[in-house]
Amino acid sequence: MKKRKDIVYGVYSEEHDIIEAVREARSKGMEIYDVYSPIPIHGLDPVLGLKESRLHIAGFIYGLLGTLTAFLGMSWIFTRDWPIIFGGKPHWAVPSFIPITFELTVLFAAIGMTVSFYVVSGMGFGVDNDVLDKRISDDKFCLAFDNDEVDSAEAKQFLQSNKAEEVLEKTLKA
Amino acid sequence: MSAPVSSIREPLVLGHKTYHDITEDLVSPTEKAPPLSWILVFIPAVALLSLGTFAVYWTIYVGIGTWNLNRTINWGWDITNFVWWIGIGHAGTLISAILLLFRQKWRTGVNRAAEAMTIFAVMCAGLFPMIHMGRIWNAMFIFPYPNTRGSLWVNFNSALLWDVFAISTYFTVSLLFWYTGLVPDLATIRDRAKGVRKKIYSFFALGWTGSAKHWQRWEYLALILAGLATPLVLSVHTIVSFDFATGIVPGWHTTIFPPYFVAGAVFSGFAMVLTLMLIVRKVLGLQEYITIAHIESMNKVILATGSIVGVAYITELFISWYSGYVYEQAAFFNRAFGVYWWSYFGMMFANVVSPQFFWSRKLRRNVTFTFFLSILINIGMWFERFVIIATTLARDFLPSSWSYYSPTWIEISIYLGTFGLFFTMFLIFARVAPVVAVAEVKHILKTGGDQYVGEDAVKGH
Repeated sequence: MKKRKDIVYGVYSEEHDIIEAVREARSKGMEIYDVYSPIPIHGLDPVLGLKESRLHIAGFIYGLLGTLTAFLGMSWIFTRDWPIIFGGKPHWAVPSFIPITFELTVLFAAIGMTVSFYVVSGMGFGVDNDVLDKRISDDKFCLAFDNDEVDSAEAKQFLQSNKAEEVLEKTLKA
Repeated sequence: MSAPVSSIREPLVLGHKTYHDITEDLVSPTEKAPPLSWILVFIPAVALLSLGTFAVYWTIYVGIGTWNLNRTINWGWDITNFVWWIGIGHAGTLISAILLLFRQKWRTGVNRAAEAMTIFAVMCAGLFPMIHMGRIWNAMFIFPYPNTRGSLWVNFNSALLWDVFAISTYFTVSLLFWYTGLVPDLATIRDRAKGVRKKIYSFFALGWTGSAKHWQRWEYLALILAGLATPLVLSVHTIVSFDFATGIVPGWHTTIFPPYFVAGAVFSGFAMVLTLMLIVRKVLGLQEYITIAHIESMNKVILATGSIVGVAYITELFISWYSGYVYEQAAFFNRAFGVYWWSYFGMMFANVVSPQFFWSRKLRRNVTFTFFLSILINIGMWFERFVIIATTLARDFLPSSWSYYSPTWIEISIYLGTFGLFFTMFLIFARVAPVVAVAEVKHILKTGGDQYVGEDAVKGH
């Protein structure tokens, strides 16, 4: 089932204006649908109440998986599956396993985190998410309210009294 | 009223830009028909690529005997070119990852092009180990996969296998880093485009909307990938140096190789970034985004790494003398005064003497001088790899097997072909995506640009 979202949004040109508006909306207890911007706005996350991303925890787990795959894999191959003597060295030559173990740690962490990022954010090749306003990727910052959560008249009034340059409406494919 | 500027830093974005101006300036080159200057460079690039393709085909069809390698000198231009291209590929990740961790804002002007350059340089580099195997159709044997030969596995104790893992990891991580950085900019092009172009960019922009949560995750991802790529970039050239340092040939078997190779890689990589960016800056008119301050910063890195390389060369000589070991001493005597003396002195001049000019602020800020010096350093770093590889092998253990080597036209054509590949890819990239990171330049506009709004801002300038 495709749900549609009716959005009321205000357009801003300055980062600090939109941060002030977000702070004001939160203090009034208004539910903010999302904030859109052409650049990451530093200082917005705590004001908006965004939780810290857990991507780094996922990255650590992927990395650990890489470490274990490489180290245990090489250990099994050279001591159990097909032991060969290279230059009179022991079968389980731990120091010479270090470079590949390191490389696979980095490889697993990087691929895992990148894929997780796109999957969690609902992005991928060919994904055509609805864009709220074409100017977001250029120079405008947008503060959006969902009509199901905040009454549209109240949202419009709030945006007009909080420095929004324009107040617009749009229906997004959710 | 003129814009406020930081009292202590040079602005990194000039010309009183607004966010919209930045979009216009950086995205519009991808929307117009290619200028004549682009076509004039693209044609020779494709010609070189064709020549190289033929030479690779001929090598595979006839065999490795089309090269002049012999029993004594079994690595020549092939591995020299491999190490040279890999070294060039190091600047991109250094600029994106290490300078991101150090919060160096000037990286935003050059990181996109440098990352693209890294990917194309690693592609050129990867070609050489593949074709120098001789039987390229068995190339997959270098990967450990269950097979019907046993399973017979690869030798995980070999530095050459470490190289396989290091370079494939490096290529993959660089690609992910570069593409993830590119996504918001592709979305910018998508939102300006119409028709088929819009469809294509929609596909590649991955559905980017600019949501606050996406930006938060995007910054996290960039930061952690940078944290991973920083030790990675150091490990890759360390492992490349192990290809030599774990051998027993005098002149290769030295513990100084890993730091010396890494410094050399950064040195040659920055030289290549400068060569490319000075051309791009001129052709696309990006003087307000790649400023003299950017060029000076890069020249400082060149001076630092060039001096490290110089110290390494001299340390090597000192240690061979100090070892008291006559064969080690002979190896270095042959290196400097033997049959390939010209490559040794070419290397010494281009890599040790020439970067010292950058102690002068005036020369660091001189675009023409920087351009010529960057090319000189590229040549010098090629000589360095040739000196290490061919010169060392030419005078091995038995004087009866001493030899000389010069390349055939096939080997020269393959090298020229990699230039063709590199420039063809870069020129196509410059047509389809912004060569300067649009979102990242916007991001520093008010903290590092000429519209600085920090506490120490001075009014007017």
